[in-house]
Amino acid sequence: MSDYKRIKTPLTDEVVLDLRVGDRVLITGYLYTARDSAHKRLFELIEKGEPLPIDIKGQIIYYVGPAPAKPGHVIGSAGPTTSYRMDKYTPKLHELGLKGTIGKGQRGPEVREALKKYKAVYFVAVGGAGALLARSIKSVEPVAYEDLGPESIKRLYVEEFPVIVANDAHGGDIFEEEKKKYRIAK
Amino acid sequence: MREIPFEDIVEAVREMAIVSNSILPPEMYDALKKAYEEEESPVGKEVLSQILRNDEIAREEMMPICQDTGIAVLFVEVGEEVRVKGGSLKEALTEGVRRGYIEGYLRKSVVKDPLRRVNTGDNTPAIIHFDIVPGDRLKIRFAPKGGGSENMSVARLVAPADGREGIIDFVVDTVDKAGGNPCPPIVIGVGIGGNFEMSAIIAKKALLRKIGERHPDPYYAEMEEEILRRVNELGIGPMGLGGRITALDVHIETYPCHIASLPVAVNIQCHANRHVEKEL
Repeated sequence: MSDYKRIKTPLTDEVVLDLRVGDRVLITGYLYTARDSAHKRLFELIEKGEPLPIDIKGQIIYYVGPAPAKPGHVIGSAGPTTSYRMDKYTPKLHELGLKGTIGKGQRGPEVREALKKYKAVYFVAVGGAGALLARSIKSVEPVAYEDLGPESIKRLYVEEFPVIVANDAHGGDIFEEEKKKYRIAK
Repeated sequence: MREIPFEDIVEAVREMAIVSNSILPPEMYDALKKAYEEEESPVGKEVLSQILRNDEIAREEMMPICQDTGIAVLFVEVGEEVRVKGGSLKEALTEGVRRGYIEGYLRKSVVKDPLRRVNTGDNTPAIIHFDIVPGDRLKIRFAPKGGGSENMSVARLVAPADGREGIIDFVVDTVDKAGGNPCPPIVIGVGIGGNFEMSAIIAKKALLRKIGERHPDPYYAEMEEEILRRVNELGIGPMGLGGRITALDVHIETYPCHIASLPVAVNIQCHANRHVEKEL
């Protein structure tokens, strides 16, 4: 397997276009957490034409609802949640400048199209590897919707956070491409 | 009547919540290790190595294997000669879950109402299945169940004429459609028979069986092996990123059923296949 690519947030078009399906990437910089309920609220603001609590331009959203931090830790286990539940909201966020998302599992065609159109990328982190991934998270700040508990929006500072490019800005899809190589069933 | 103090049950459940979420059953860890050795896909191998490392960190630091510490599922066998002293059994089990999730820094993932969706804040209520059995023991099996794999589970009432082959096709198709969403490598619980709700309950119960253990009836043992072989031909691989290892095991549980029916439920379990048991 190829070596890791190291990238920093916020992402530029140039960085995004250099990423290809299957690349192993280490991310350093800020990530914003948001999952089901936070997306719903962000969308209500967009529909009303109101400003969002975060400036998403160039940023990456990590679909995660972390476990609480034990004393002396910055965060508890913090692996990705399943991405398709956010598919409904993702194209609009890319249109507004969001450059990347991190989750697990496949995206729908509307998201794959948006990645090409707005030059963005979908990464997967290893689902169920929350204890390992928490080690790359160095700080956590609350940003919005604290009433949502694990679903609130937080800003994480990560160092060398390990992900794999699942859908790139060139139309590539790791799930379909790799499955074909190993599929025996019709 | 044998009396068990309320607090003993609370403490047992509290500990089970914390231990089950941090320590993977050893046979499950071994199965993942074997999967790592056998996986041919380089991406799949990378995923499995992260999963193994994660399970080691969780065990060493007593922190959750996965941030989704689940809704607590309990299978409780209550001996007919057991009485709880100082409160009700259901309250004791619930209080144990509450304390385990709060004191163990586990995530609270339960909403009070399915549509209004306000978090209960202590991961209660749990899903508790009671069974009354002879004797004076209380046996509790505790399995936190995450949402990602549960969402990919399906129950269907197939035609009795569809038989064995129809069931196998249904299970394989369910796993194929789920792809990487339920965090493969998965374990598949299949409940066959009973009625609508019983098929789902025995599918869940099937997940509590140890990895590598076959159904005692050779007819179903062989069916488990056939489903496992076919699922691993799908190419889904670890986390759906392609590979040979999509499932680590298939467990079937059966129950008698109505002459008109053939209920089948497929309960999918992610690689964080967490469960513990305790007898009081």
